[in-house]
Amino acid sequence: MLGNITLGQFFPGDSLIHRMDPRAKLVLTIALIVAVFVAKGFLSYAVVFAFILMTAMISQISLKLIIRAIRPILFIVALTFVLNMFFSSGGNVIFQWAFMTITDQGLQMASYMAIRLVLLVMGTQLLTLTTSPIALTDGIESLLRPLSKIGFPAHELAMMMSIALRFIPTLMEEADKIMKAQMARGADFESGNLIQRAKSMVPLLVPLFVSAFRRADELALAMEARCYRGGEHRTRMKVLHFTQIDLGAAICLALLIAVVVLLPM
Amino acid sequence: MTKDRPIIELNNASFHYQDSKQIAVHNLSLTVEKGEFISVLGHNGSGKSTMAKLLNALFLPSDGQVLVAGIDTAGEDAQWDVRRHCGMVFQNPDNQMVATVVEEDVAFGLENLGVAPSEIRRRVDEALEMVGMQDFASRQPHMLSGGQKQRIAIAGVLAMRPDVIVFDEATAMLDPSGRRDVLQIVRRLNKDEGITIIWITHFMTEATLADRVAVMNKGELVMQGTPKQIFTQVDKLDQYGLDVPPMTDLAKQLRDAGMELPEGILSVDEMVVELCRLK
Ligand SMILES: Nc1ncnc2c1ncn2[C@@H]1O[C@H](COP(=O)(O)OP(=O)(O)O)[C@@H](O)[C@H]1O
Ligand SMILES: [Mg+2]
Repeated sequence: MLGNITLGQFFPGDSLIHRMDPRAKLVLTIALIVAVFVAKGFLSYAVVFAFILMTAMISQISLKLIIRAIRPILFIVALTFVLNMFFSSGGNVIFQWAFMTITDQGLQMASYMAIRLVLLVMGTQLLTLTTSPIALTDGIESLLRPLSKIGFPAHELAMMMSIALRFIPTLMEEADKIMKAQMARGADFESGNLIQRAKSMVPLLVPLFVSAFRRADELALAMEARCYRGGEHRTRMKVLHFTQIDLGAAICLALLIAVVVLLPM
Repeated sequence: MTKDRPIIELNNASFHYQDSKQIAVHNLSLTVEKGEFISVLGHNGSGKSTMAKLLNALFLPSDGQVLVAGIDTAGEDAQWDVRRHCGMVFQNPDNQMVATVVEEDVAFGLENLGVAPSEIRRRVDEALEMVGMQDFASRQPHMLSGGQKQRIAIAGVLAMRPDVIVFDEATAMLDPSGRRDVLQIVRRLNKDEGITIIWITHFMTEATLADRVAVMNKGELVMQGTPKQIFTQVDKLDQYGLDVPPMTDLAKQLRDAGMELPEGILSVDEMVVELCRLK
């Protein structure tokens, strides 16, 4: 069961989108978010939506996966919609009951916010589906590197992220093992109320933490033994480089933003 | 250089942990020649791991001197050179892998040294091939068996082209087949590549494969010699809390029962030869 944990939700593939430089993908995802926020009017949203669909098709990722990402945020979308609907003023009243008033502007605002949220999640979902966590980490490190001049720990942050990624499966496996060992001795993790169940987690968490600290200690030694001394003077085996694909994608996004800005409300 | 100087020289080296009164390594003197395969034995807490860390400048001796390839580990900024000359493979295969992809993990040391990307690529492929793991280059470490993880750890060290590799109970957590694979690779590296091996273990049969065996007790070096010389001193080993290899033990029992077997039988093969000779 634990053999095939997928980290994050990366969906391996060899499409144009998969082959993009992770830095380009990160920056362009931010650009896409900007596009979502400068877009006003249903026509603009339709254009952005079409753009996301097209990207999904190019990356050969099934629409189901992208739509699935919306499910966990449906409640937030609904809440945003309702709040915006009731609490924005101005425009013509179209419905009034007791203290509640709904105006046409309020309704429009609410729909905009809800659509934006959905587009936002779909856009970032595209990034995490087509980029491995490692590539993402490398991309973030590389983008943040200029900031390390002013003391921002870009390399350290990336190292922490990749070590976390490396050890999540190991620690999960270990948690599983400890849990089974405790269950064999009669521990009960499943019944009782919330407090009882939280209490029953203590004999699982304590050994897990102890072991995690021991692992951290040993890993630090092993890294030192292999000449690790922070990010300075460090090279990488895999060098990121931009290709024509990234250039093409950047042009597409620039066009998208232009269209969205120029489209009438 | 006219005469090759020993690759490792410990001169009266001592070490004690800050938070402990007891001394972990005491007045240890040991030299290891280039290309040697030396095995270090000792029961738990006898100071083997501490000694190993002294060889890698992970610890600096509180007294005495440690030289690796002629470099004093306590010298200023010497630790990086020392660690390049002397690699180390630890006991727990999980806790020495840094990266989420096998080849990236092998590359880790070279990346730290600031080697050029194309050269890293070449050496990583070469190292993976030396441990027979080239087909696993893009796998995730947690999907590998313990033995395979240890082979990756060896590749990570090999990529840095060290003169010496210290193995600190590197097979202790492996199943028999993983242990066999790792040991086979290590012997080949010693024979074919001329890499000096310091093999810390508590498996007596593994120690018999070495050119030389050193025995530690309470932080001190108490015995040193060829496997035959060491394993024939059953009583002394017993005093240090160590067993003899099973075949040596069997030979002794047979001898006590009146069979005329020579001393110094270490392996099953040797036992077979001697038993056939009896007829
Ligand atoms: N981190 C530490 N802090 C304090 N004492 C330690 C530490 N590690 C080991 N020791 C002590 O140093 C001695 C030697 O330990 P070690 O080198 O790990 O032995 P071995 O590897 O042969 O089992 C032991 O007495 C042990 O208790
Ligand atoms: Mg030890």
